Formats: sequence, structure tokens, C-alpha cells
Amino acid sequence: MVTTEQDARPDVASNADDYALRVEGLKVYYGTPRGLVKAVDDVSFNLRPGERFALVGESGSGKSTLAMAIMRLTREPGHIAGGHIYLGDRDLVEMEEKEIRSIRLSEMALVPQGAMNSLNPVMRVGDQIIDGIMDHVPPGEGTPNRTQLNTRIHDLLVRVGLDPTVSRLHPHELSGGMKQRVAMAIAISLNPHIIVADEPTSALDVVVQRQIMQTLGRLQEGLDAAVLLVGHDMGLVAQFADTIGVMYAGKLVEVGSVPDVFKDPKHPYTKLLIQSLPSFDISRQFVGIPGMQPALLNLPPGCAFNPRCPSVHERCFREVPEYLNLDVGRGVACHLFDEEAAN
Amino acid sequence: MSDFMRLEHVTRTFGGGALSTKPPIVAVDDVSLSIDEDEPKITTIAGESGSGKTTLARLLMGTITPSFGSMYYRGKDFTKLSRKDSWNFKQEVQSIYQDPFGSYNPFYKVDHVLETPINRFKLATSRQAKNTMIEDALAMVGLQPGDTLGRFPHQLSGGQRQRVMVARALLIKPRLILADEPVSMVDASLRATILDSIRRLNREIGISVVYITHDLTTALQISDNILVMYRGSVVESGAVERVILEPKHPYTQLLIESIPQPDPDNKWGDEPPTARFEDFDTMFGCKFADRCPHVMEMCADEHPPQFHLEQHRQAQCYLYRDEAKVMEDPDLATIFQDRRAELNV
Repeated sequence: MVTTEQDARPDVASNADDYALRVEGLKVYYGTPRGLVKAVDDVSFNLRPGERFALVGESGSGKSTLAMAIMRLTREPGHIAGGHIYLGDRDLVEMEEKEIRSIRLSEMALVPQGAMNSLNPVMRVGDQIIDGIMDHVPPGEGTPNRTQLNTRIHDLLVRVGLDPTVSRLHPHELSGGMKQRVAMAIAISLNPHIIVADEPTSALDVVVQRQIMQTLGRLQEGLDAAVLLVGHDMGLVAQFADTIGVMYAGKLVEVGSVPDVFKDPKHPYTKLLIQSLPSFDISRQFVGIPGMQPALLNLPPGCAFNPRCPSVHERCFREVPEYLNLDVGRGVACHLFDEEAAN
Repeated sequence: MSDFMRLEHVTRTFGGGALSTKPPIVAVDDVSLSIDEDEPKITTIAGESGSGKTTLARLLMGTITPSFGSMYYRGKDFTKLSRKDSWNFKQEVQSIYQDPFGSYNPFYKVDHVLETPINRFKLATSRQAKNTMIEDALAMVGLQPGDTLGRFPHQLSGGQRQRVMVARALLIKPRLILADEPVSMVDASLRATILDSIRRLNREIGISVVYITHDLTTALQISDNILVMYRGSVVESGAVERVILEPKHPYTQLLIESIPQPDPDNKWGDEPPTARFEDFDTMFGCKFADRCPHVMEMCADEHPPQFHLEQHRQAQCYLYRDEAKVMEDPDLATIFQDRRAELNV
């Protein structure tokens, strides 16, 4: 797949500076005793400032691996095997660990999956926020003093919808939703312009989930930051995101604006994913997607979706479909659209 | 009509013993309900975490006993069951848990979870009868015996593991299955198949199912009746389509509005308020008063009774004090009665 080059995406080359983040041909592989697992295989996408981009896929599709790679938090036995992650004109893949540390939190922040496990249980909330600020404050800004820090914590907690007195509490004294809000306060503490949110509400109830997502949306608009939301809940994506990328077995199989993808899904997998959603329409029978995702160690030849695809044809068993650009910001990797894209 | 299980004004508290300095936590607060055997139904218990839905399920499972109120199994007081009745109860009530991996011993093959109940309850007389039973049960949940038997739990997908648990529950031929969030840890694309196999147990074999969830969309898809719980109380209950499509209690309304609809044209409204504990003392009044958009003075004074809104429908909210009658002896059995005949299923 070489469609990631400039010729396939004319909008990339002409105004590269317009993007907050550009991911080009990114590969993240895990070396295992039984072979190389291509968890993220040649994925490209762009993120505009202020855009809300959602990555969806089943568990094991590589969406979290991709989010972690963008934060340069890939752990052994995983490694970035190729591609580029451009933040402005700097390539994160090439950077030293020291440089990355200065970018984390101040330019790119992560709202982790399951905030309940990401906070330090023996540290007060306020101290944890200070910890992040002191560790990542940009060298030019100078270290803030205690009074400045206290005003900052007060301000951050209010912005995420918590009472300022929460700063004196320990994590076990907070509910799941409150812990997730603390994690968001840490994430926005240095005004980043990219927020990576990895399933930020996966263990929360619907009402709390809605409150958290709406708070995240409000914070993002305040900072004019781009959000990369990783999740599997298509309902949440429809509510929150502007654009969506569907991942399957390590590849991005469809990209488009949320209204376009929901109204006119192109890839057969996206179609099935939308059909499998339960809704309040009782007349509609909801159906699962037949079969299961193939093991990444042992992918079928050709398109990885071919064992489950209802529109499978002979070509799908031979060739891996290339990512085809159908329109600006709209694309699909499926042989059904080969001709349409050629015209 | 015979009640399989019956709960009368059951309250369950945790903590707050004589030596404790903190007040007890009321997990289930004055709940009455019955599970009818003649008309097996799927009843959903819905609510957020901390609403008491799992505590209610554990009461039904017999793993904890009520602090106040009484519980009956086939008309007998649950605390005074004979050894034989207690054994029968263990066979007739089976559960399916949330985590499809936690229910297995990773060192044993999948066959183990299926063989153990057969041996324990002496359900089969020969090796061959045992194998037939297992194969039939797997077929019932849509699994191929060749794909599942002889494998270790980690070799199956989450959806397959959970369906084997449904097959296990089925083997024992229970009268009641308690499914506690059976699909919350399974991918969306596999949920439909698991829920469908649970529905088949009810429709085809006539097993009553109590489905515990916070996901109201799946509740609507598979169940007949629903109880919505909030901080231990059943705030609204009735026929599932009526409750979900036309919610009456402000909490149910908030819950349903908050479900992220997979439709970009149908977006959430404004951010809902979080609980304001300091403004309101919910000790005596309605527990939802501190978050309720329609809160009135009377809500803080006294806990609202169950109002009988219409046939098969009740809500615990003062908004309906003029149009509905207070139920003297709130009993969900009467609410749910004859629902099946009406649905023609």
C-alpha cells in the first residue's frame, strides 16, 4: 500500500501546516516467539486542529496500539517498525526519549483507559496534578511557585467540573466518574493541542459517560485542541466525533465524516458494524457479525476481512486491497471500490 | 399462578454494625417482586453502578440473605429451607456472570465446566448420555462441539466463552437464569448472538431469565418487563416497551436521553447536572431529588410511594400524584401478570 504518498492525497502536500498531526504509513509490530504480529500495519490519517477524530474497531484491531504509538508509549515487545508521525514538521518517530517527554502533556496529552488504575493511590489528587506540571512544563515557561500551582489546580478542577476541595482527597475517595475527571484535569494541565482519549468511558454508566464526554468536548473547544478518540462504541462516536476511522486487523479500512459514514458506509465491515448496533427501533432485528476477527499471527491471504465478508469475490483472496481515496477525507480499502476510485 | 420466587419488602444493608461509626449502606431498599413459573419471562433489572441491581441478583441467587423483609422459594420461607429444598434451589437457579474469562479455571479444558454440573447433579447415567447432553446444549447456543470441546479457555473468543457459560447454565435445566451483565465485556458485534441465545432459552425451553444490565437498548431487544433501580429503590417498572419508549420517572428519562444513539442527527442535549449532595438532604425524601429537574418541596420531605400509572406500569414519583393511585401493597407480580398472554408469545 503506497497510497499514503503525496500523489494519492493531494491535500497533504499542499498545506501540511494546516494539520495538527499527520500519521503516515505507521507500522507497529510485536515480536513474539511465534512470529511477528502486525498490530498496526501501514496506517495513515491526518488530524486538523480542533477536529474530533474517532478510531473504532473490535478488540484486537490495533486501535489502542495505534494511540499508544502516537504518544510514543509503545512497550516491548512492540516497536514502531516504520512510518512517520508528524507533529507540525517534527517527526515523533525519530525523536529521542528526552524530547518526547517535553512534548507529552505540553503538546500532546493522553486520557488513559480506566482512569481508576492510572492514578497513584497513595498521592493526593492535587499532588498528582502538580507532578505532571512540574515534570513536563516547557523549559521556556519557568517553574511555577506553590501559590501559582494552587491557583492552577483550583482552576483545572473547576474546568473539569469537580469541586476544588477534591485536590486534598486520595483517589479511593472518588467515584469512577470523578477519577476520570481528575485524569482529564491532568491531561489539560499544560494546554495541549492534541488530546488522545483511549476509551475514556469504558467502565462508566451511560449518564456519567455522557457527562464525561460532554466535559471533554467543552475542554477541547476551550483549548481548540484536536481529539483522537479511541473506542468501540459507535453510539458514542456518533454523538462526539466529527470524523471516523474504522480499523480492522491492524489496517484502517474506512475513513470519512461521521454523517457520511453512518448514512453511506462503504466497507462491508463498516456496514455490518452499523447494522449490529442495538437501537430503540423494535421492528429492526439486530444481528451480529458472523465469524470472528482473524488472529493477527495468521491472517488469511488477500483481504483480512474475506472470511466474514458478505460481498467477497475471487480477487479478495488474492490481493490485499489498497486504501483508495474517494473524496477529500473519505476513503476505503476494499476491492468493491477499485473501479470507482480509478475513474 | 404459582410463584417460583417471591421477595416481600426486602431490604439489604451492608456495614453499620454495632461497632461501626458509619451508617449502614442500604443497597436494596424495600423491594417486592415475584418470579412466576407458569409464564416464564425475561425481566430486566436496570440501573447505574451502585444502584443495587447486583445486590438484588445476589439475593435472588441465595448467596446473601435479606436484612429485613422476607423471601420465599416455591412458597417456603427461604431462611428455613430443608436440605433437599436447598439442593433443588441450587439446581433450579443458575447464573451467568459478567466476565467470561473469570468463570473458568485456565488450567482445565472447556469440557470441565460442562462436565462438572452433570456429575454433581447426576444428570447423566452413561458417558454417552453425558456427551449427547453437552453437544445438545452447545448446539442450542449456536456453537459447534468440534470448535469448542477439548480446548482451553484462552483458545476461545470472549463471545464463545460466554456462550459456553450459557450452555452450562442450560445443561442443568434450571427454572431461572440470572444473567449479570452477560455482554458488557464482549464486543458489540458479538452481543447480538449471545443475547439471542439467552432469548431462545426463554422462548423455546421456558426458562425465566433475570437480565441485569445498565444497557437499556439490549434490555428493550430481549426482555418483557423492566425494573429501573436508583440507589436501592425500584423507581419505575412495567412492560419494557412502555417504560423505555415513554419513560415517566425523571431518572428513567435521564437514563434514556443519555444513551449514545448511533445516529449523528440525534445528539445529546445539554450536559446533565451531577449530584449536589450538599443542597439536598435525600435521607428522608426522594433519592433522586438532588438531580431531578422537576424537584418540588414535597420531594425532600418524604419518600414517594409507588404510583400505579396504568396497567403493568408504576413509578415512584410525586409528579403523578394527581393522575395515579398510590399502590397500597406494591407488588410487581400484579403489575406483570398476564403480560405474556397479552404479547401472544
